[in-house]
Amino acid sequence: MTMREALNLALDQALERDERVFLIGEDIADPGASGPTAGLSSRYGTERVLDTPISEAAIVGAAIGAAMEGFRPVAEIMIMDFIGIAADQIINHAAKMRFMTGGRTTAPITVRTQIYGGLGTGATHSQSLEAWFMHIPGLKVIVPSTPRDGKGLLTSAIFDDDPCIFLETIRLQGQRGMVPVDPGFSIPLGQADVKRAGTDVTLISYGRGVVESLGAADALARQEISAEVLDLRTLVPLDTAAIIESVHRTTRAVVVHDAVQFAGPGAEIVAILQRELFDRLSAPVERVGARFVPNPAPPALESQVYPNSEKIIAAVHRTLRWKTTREGARG
Amino acid sequence: MTTEQAAGPALDVRRRLYELMTLMKAADDRLSKGIASGELQCVYWPSRGQEAIAAAVGAVLRLDDQLVTTYRGLHDLIGKGVPLVEIYGEMLGRQVGSGRGKGGTMHIAHPDSGLMMSTGIVGAGPPVAVGLAMAARRKGLDRVTVASFGDGATNTGSFHEAANMAALWDLPLVLVCQNNQYAEMTPTGHTMKIAQVADRAAGYGMPGVRVDGNDPLAVVAALEEAVERARAGAGPTLLECVTFRFRGHYFGDPMKYIPTEQMDAAIAADPLPRFRSRLLDDGVCGARELDEIETAAVSAVDEALAAVLAAPAAALDELDRDVYADPRNCPA
Ligand SMILES: Cc1ncc(C[n+]2csc(CCOP(=O)(O)OP(=O)(O)O)c2C)c(N)n1
Ligand SMILES: [Mg+2]
Repeated sequence: MTMREALNLALDQALERDERVFLIGEDIADPGASGPTAGLSSRYGTERVLDTPISEAAIVGAAIGAAMEGFRPVAEIMIMDFIGIAADQIINHAAKMRFMTGGRTTAPITVRTQIYGGLGTGATHSQSLEAWFMHIPGLKVIVPSTPRDGKGLLTSAIFDDDPCIFLETIRLQGQRGMVPVDPGFSIPLGQADVKRAGTDVTLISYGRGVVESLGAADALARQEISAEVLDLRTLVPLDTAAIIESVHRTTRAVVVHDAVQFAGPGAEIVAILQRELFDRLSAPVERVGARFVPNPAPPALESQVYPNSEKIIAAVHRTLRWKTTREGARG
Repeated sequence: MTTEQAAGPALDVRRRLYELMTLMKAADDRLSKGIASGELQCVYWPSRGQEAIAAAVGAVLRLDDQLVTTYRGLHDLIGKGVPLVEIYGEMLGRQVGSGRGKGGTMHIAHPDSGLMMSTGIVGAGPPVAVGLAMAARRKGLDRVTVASFGDGATNTGSFHEAANMAALWDLPLVLVCQNNQYAEMTPTGHTMKIAQVADRAAGYGMPGVRVDGNDPLAVVAALEEAVERARAGAGPTLLECVTFRFRGHYFGDPMKYIPTEQMDAAIAADPLPRFRSRLLDDGVCGARELDEIETAAVSAVDEALAAVLAAPAAALDELDRDVYADPRNCPA
């Protein structure tokens, strides 16, 4: 099934299994809904699949209030670029509530939102802003790359006791894959997944970057370079052990993401690798992220901004060339 | 129904209002004295002057009704029944605080008393109150949620979003605006074209009521109606209570921006002496009884403060707790 169908199934099964679950957001109810919530208001009613005014702060705020009372709200912010309107509720309320009240109140909400890059929609409907939320203690940040992971991770997020930011990627919504239909299926948060095993270099990514990395790994295989693709799946909690384990074996790494490269999630991963594997690395860790520019609307320009296989392959070659440089000129 | 009740709340309710107001004032006075002398170290946004509103909320709401308030919340917390030791404890960073001392003055919650959240972000409370009210409805409870906030908060988008949603869905919510005529150092009139906050209600399709926020009986009367309406499923009300803050925005505020005549007029309208005279005039309580209430309030405050000062400071290992449900989720 497609990613969209997998997410729909996760929501459907969560609504079916637990009365505490409800969905709240703009244009999520039938007949208008076309995304992962399509069909659900017809099955569960508009009390549990609740269309709202265009009020991002109140959508998340209301989800928080209900979560404090034991509900498991799944709030939808239509496109990630709009999340700024709701940021106060996410950052100052959901994330910090447990800490500030010594655990007396908590806000176990899930905020689903969508990264819209690659559709020519321009700078305000395309951003990958996950680094903002990685930076806030108390939040969990989840970015699936496959339909199977989408279903398993969304199920975990909804029933997790902490607030979760769940990032969907518009360009992955139609992507197909095998998905367990078992309602009991879930994937624990904080476990990276090796999407392809390899020995020469580790491509570390999440979300759409995983797809680009797998494409790059195919091409590299034809050049007899064996690339491992490690899908982080969740940025917080971050599976540091899996990152270290993989790069310890391959000794080279390239971090790939659609978020802006400068001060992006990759910077944190590079910092971990240099700290943990300083002696072991054969080359500096490379990053392939989005260019530091508001995303342009024309497809010809936009395609220059995000990571793609060629950029990843070029970065891998830089890591492979490094050793000769060090032994030669600088040795 | 007796004539007395027809004219206003029962005698024991009026007495209760005075007890609450006196306790709120005593708690503010003691804290202010302590901070001013250096005896107590904490940040504080004083509620002195606004007691009538909080006492009315405390007297009208049931224990299972819920309240969301702000950083300027000492009076609201006391009104809703949060134990004084937990309030002072939190303000002063002690383990006996409602959040074991790590949330601080602006972030006090005590769900057992129905005090669900205090926020330091202006305008952020109403959306959360909307969610609490939604939860009550979904659970089939006849509970009411009150969101308490300032005049300045009604200029935020967050307030507008929440008010619209609450009205749209006829939620069991009362929006109580404590209009103390300033937002920080800015007079309300400098930030709104309209003269009355209550007029905003029409734009949401809910009743808007403006009352003298220094008269607890006026607030009780308006609030009872709003709470009844909310409980009956007829939707929210915006209740504007006009009042004044005697100590400025934060404790230590030099208040240079407040004209002397305005402050003098406000002090002349101080809700405490005014309500005391009213109770005497109406024959609700005798002077001795009121003196006793005042003495009891001061003792309760002293006792709570002594317990807090004897309690240990927030423990260092609190840093490792409550960031996530499971501390192993914190990055190293
Ligand atoms: C969103 C936000 N903006 C600004 C501030 C700084 N600030 C704290 S209190 C305050 C004034 C609020 O006025 P009002 O809502 O009337 O409440 P009052 O303090 O008078 O009780 C401001 C601007 C804040 N805490 N939050
Ligand atoms: Mg004010």
